[in-house]
Amino acid sequence: MILKVCVGSSCHLKGSYDVIEAMKEVIKKCDVEDLVELRASFCLGCCAQGVTVKAEGLSNAAVEHLENGDVLLHNVNSQNVEDIFLNQIYPYIKK
Amino acid sequence: MSVSNKIFDTNVQLVKYKVLKEVIKHAFAGDLASSQISIAKQIAAGNKESMHCCIYKERAISEERVFMAMGGDRSNPNPIAVIDIACDECPIDGMLVTSACRGCLMHACKDVCPRDAISIVDKHAVIDKSKCIECGKCSQVCPYEAIITRHRPCIKSCKVKAISMDEDRKAMIDYGKCIACGACVYRCPFGAITDKSFVTDIIDMLKQSEEGRKYRVYAVIAPAIVSQFHFGRVSQVVTAIKKIGFHQVVEAALGADITLYHEVNEWKEKRMLTTSCCPSFVAFIEKNFPELVQYVSSSVSPMVEAARLIKHSDPTAKVVFIGPCSSKKMEFRLPKTGGAIDSVLSFEELQAFFDALDIDTTSLEDSSLDNASFYGRIFAKSGGVARGVADVAASYGVEGVEPVVMSGIDECRVNLMKLKLGKATANFFEGMACDGGCINGALCLTHSSKNVADVEGYGNEAKEKTIENSVKLYKLTLPLKSGARNQE
Repeated sequence: MILKVCVGSSCHLKGSYDVIEAMKEVIKKCDVEDLVELRASFCLGCCAQGVTVKAEGLSNAAVEHLENGDVLLHNVNSQNVEDIFLNQIYPYIKK
Repeated sequence: MSVSNKIFDTNVQLVKYKVLKEVIKHAFAGDLASSQISIAKQIAAGNKESMHCCIYKERAISEERVFMAMGGDRSNPNPIAVIDIACDECPIDGMLVTSACRGCLMHACKDVCPRDAISIVDKHAVIDKSKCIECGKCSQVCPYEAIITRHRPCIKSCKVKAISMDEDRKAMIDYGKCIACGACVYRCPFGAITDKSFVTDIIDMLKQSEEGRKYRVYAVIAPAIVSQFHFGRVSQVVTAIKKIGFHQVVEAALGADITLYHEVNEWKEKRMLTTSCCPSFVAFIEKNFPELVQYVSSSVSPMVEAARLIKHSDPTAKVVFIGPCSSKKMEFRLPKTGGAIDSVLSFEELQAFFDALDIDTTSLEDSSLDNASFYGRIFAKSGGVARGVADVAASYGVEGVEPVVMSGIDECRVNLMKLKLGKATANFFEGMACDGGCINGALCLTHSSKNVADVEGYGNEAKEKTIENSVKLYKLTLPLKSGARNQE
């Protein structure tokens, strides 16, 4: 699966890079580095709810789905990254 | 919004803008093909000529301007072209003896002339044009200051001597020498040399994107933008660009951060490097110092680097560069850029877009624009790249960088000659074709000394003070590793 962290200007100002660093840590901690591709994306169109992270290719998800099954996660910051990853991403990663 | 001439430096720019605005309006409306003649009539309005011999000639010139606004002669990849019927065939050629000449006994002019071109006829100095080499010595020694040097503005502006007169005294560009810097475009008082515009391509691109459903169109903007569009804040200009139909606005300065990173690494290996971000400077080396091409940095320009980042994160994206530069209109079609940029828009053309679509920048909300570091942003002014390379090298523990800043082609020529002859003391050569750097680019709305301070201030506003995070982003957007879903 692919995790895209928004690095558009608005999210960048709210700390995209801190989210990316924290996300790297938790991916490593959960030992799913070979299953999760961490990437950056320019503007996911949710500037008011940044930092936004888009999860593509999950098996299922607890939160709202986009049309194609991808999931948008909002208001991510370096403090809540681990929580969001463990509850909303990790359980739904396809092997 | 009403547009006064104050937005531009010159009336030539204003006329070009008026044509562009109408072309953009009709291209959006879809009736451009049938409107070309009426646009030309509207621009050359009325029944009386204002500067040429008759109104019909002025209309014909306007038709040519419309043609240029629609891309001009596309078989020539150089974006600079002469509108030959607009050329005034300036009757100016070099040394001129004015009525101040006294036909004196000393006749220092005659004595100093290295080609024996001056004789005194009827108490008046006369210059034999077939012998004169326009060295200007007679002008310097005349005690009455009676001899003046005059050159055609186009020829004077062209630092690579690519412009000459054809047999009809029309300006003629030698494309083998031209580096597309655009100096002549800004300097020709009749607007007879102009840059081709790709606004219609961009409108097609936006229309076919179906508002982002088929693909997204991104704008990459040059940092020099901060010294332009003074009636609104940069953050409002960003909103305005999105209103045109662009999905997102990204700073070219982000690409500049990555260019810096590459240049420092490359310098570490080669120990002798020139910049490669100014395409006119690179073309100048290729055409005049082919033996120095080996020292030109292999890193791509910030424009291309930023576009690659976007396309790595959004593979179907289309990218339009918006800047002050005519040579970017040449660069984006070079094979070495690999099609990273889909089209190029000038600041002048952006202004025409805003007004054609009635976008009032001053009334818009702000959009943030912040991706790049301080260093990426100051790329726009002469000395910015050198400063960036020196500081970034120091932060990576790379020692020994001795930069030299070359502002304008004349300075480039002297320093490259030193390098060629092995007399250079510097080992990092920053070259920019425009005097003062991109902030004085040929297609800027205004060219003012204040621009430097604007860019410095804009650099200081960047959230990132170092290029570290930009480099991280660069690595993060590189093509996919194995093990994850391959979406490309």
